[in-house]
Amino acid sequence: MLTFALRRLLVAIPTLLLISLVIFLLVDLAPGSPASEIPLTVPPEVRAKILEALGVNEPIHVRYVLWLKQFFWIEPLNGIDAIFGTSYAEGEQRIISYQSRSPVFGIIGERLPQTLTVIGTAYLVGVLIALPIGIYSAYRQYSLFDQAGTIFAMIGFSVPTFFTGTLFIIIFAVWLGWFPTKYDTTLEVTDWQSFLQQLRQMAMPVMVLGLANAAAISRYMRSSMLENLGQDYVRTARAKGLSERTVVLKHVLRNSLIPVVTVIALGIPSIFGGAIITENLFGVNGIGAMLIQAIRGNDLPMVQTLAFIFAILIVLFNLIADILYGLLDPRIRYD
Amino acid sequence: MAEPAAPVLEVRGLKTVFRTRGGEIHAVNDVSFHLEPGELLGVVGESGSGKSVTMMSLLRLLPSPPADIRSGQALLGGRDLLAMSDEELRAVRGAKVGFVFQDPMTSLNPVFTLGNQVMEPLIKHMGMNRAQAEARAIELLELVGIPDAKRRLYQYPHQFSGGMRQRVMIAIALACDPDVLIADEPTTALDVTIQAQILELVKELRRKLGMAIVWITHDLGVIAGIADRVMVMYGGQVVEQAPVRELFANPQHPYTRALLKTIPRITGARESRLKVIEGQPPILVEPLKACPFRARCEYRHAACDEANPARRAIDGAKIGHGHDVACHWQAPAKAEMANA
Repeated sequence: MLTFALRRLLVAIPTLLLISLVIFLLVDLAPGSPASEIPLTVPPEVRAKILEALGVNEPIHVRYVLWLKQFFWIEPLNGIDAIFGTSYAEGEQRIISYQSRSPVFGIIGERLPQTLTVIGTAYLVGVLIALPIGIYSAYRQYSLFDQAGTIFAMIGFSVPTFFTGTLFIIIFAVWLGWFPTKYDTTLEVTDWQSFLQQLRQMAMPVMVLGLANAAAISRYMRSSMLENLGQDYVRTARAKGLSERTVVLKHVLRNSLIPVVTVIALGIPSIFGGAIITENLFGVNGIGAMLIQAIRGNDLPMVQTLAFIFAILIVLFNLIADILYGLLDPRIRYD
Repeated sequence: MAEPAAPVLEVRGLKTVFRTRGGEIHAVNDVSFHLEPGELLGVVGESGSGKSVTMMSLLRLLPSPPADIRSGQALLGGRDLLAMSDEELRAVRGAKVGFVFQDPMTSLNPVFTLGNQVMEPLIKHMGMNRAQAEARAIELLELVGIPDAKRRLYQYPHQFSGGMRQRVMIAIALACDPDVLIADEPTTALDVTIQAQILELVKELRRKLGMAIVWITHDLGVIAGIADRVMVMYGGQVVEQAPVRELFANPQHPYTRALLKTIPRITGARESRLKVIEGQPPILVEPLKACPFRARCEYRHAACDEANPARRAIDGAKIGHGHDVACHWQAPAKAEMANA
């Protein structure tokens, strides 16, 4: 298993290099100019100077290699400096956003916690809701509960988040007044009071996204359970005199979880990508909103860096999913 | 056959139907039989004759819906399995009655070690702790002839061959020293040499442990070698029942006779084709009002269309204890048959 993981990590290096090249070229060759954000009142010669200072005029291969060096060497060094107070990366050029003229990783570091708290919680809530629904729906197939679960999943699938989000705002924020309509990004959790406030402002975006996540995962769980409930080994377990609880929650569930865990693991990178619409709707100042802003402003380093981070996460979680698969299913051995 | 000992299992008037969209399928129709201590009862019949459904009904192992046990009693040590609560029944399953299923490749859970699966009934029914259960599991695996049992305990089903897995299934079924072992075509999915090994194993275990066994099969050759008594099933009912020698020597029901003819023989003149029973077994969409075998029977006459024959004793013994048959036709006496 360890050799497998190491081998996969090694294979990931050329894969990621290729992805980085594709991302860099795609973003760089797209029409548009970083100068478009500079006000028209700025004289052309100043404008040219600004562009030069940004490094936009360098040949593309120089910029690519520089970006790679910054991404894999200078930024990690900066990270080490920030944590341990050292100064390895002193004086080195970091990846700078065209728009804000500040380091891209600094901005990401500011935005990511918002996204992770809200969307990560939503994903977790979605999974926690989905698994029991899926398990019980399958165990009592075609029961009233199962029908309700099916309708719930259909709604979660088919109703877009901008609709459920707006609906939630109207019902829970405007009519009932339980939750604030807007997410306050400046809120800092320092005591019980502010923690409650944080929970209240998270509730609606988490519910909206959690519903959508739960819909998909509960269906996977249900069908996987159904597939396993009819297996011969389930009859064997019953013939041994085991309780229904043991039969379903030990024998059937362990087998059914194998594909579902993979699906859940592969969905995790999307948490980091944020949920653009939901973030916008509730005013969560997260990664999703930032990405849109960067694309509009032709902020190439920001877009390239974010896209590449997503690529790394996807490769990483693919690997994690494969390893989990091997851990859960003894029939799969990678060595 | 010795009569007096009280039967360990006595089934009376068992009826099981499957409720489907197209109506009810009458899979088991008024089946009665008993099992004496230490006895091996062979149950034969072709696919769909109701053998497995009968046995699974006893432990209520059929998924319900669609299966529905309509009536009957299944007395195990005087207690009716069909009237018990689920909780009481679970205390019987795996403890008093062990079950071995047809396909060892799919009957074990692929994600748990064999040790885990063998130990489960021990912990559940015998109240053992893990260490005790583990020691007993090693004993059991050795009992069913698995070499290197201690190491094998920590392996997964996919690391075992079909024959080995069936041995494990037998070990699980015997774990709690049951009174009755029900083996549902345990050798059907195995190749012939492995079949022979499993048969030998069961014979040996029976000598050692002395439990009563119900052995379901469609292979009369297997039955001849292992059973004390045979019950032939057709159309979800018992059509003939007799001690094994009697059945082979003096078959009464046309179906039994036809089955016996289908056994391929090595001796004698070479025949061009394997013998078959022409036609298909009936699909039991309504309660039987006539003999279920009549469409395929060479002795069919008017009575066969009018009523479903009841079991009648042909040797004066009580039904189920001697030789009985459910047929309107009177088989000629043995001497005449020899001349025929």
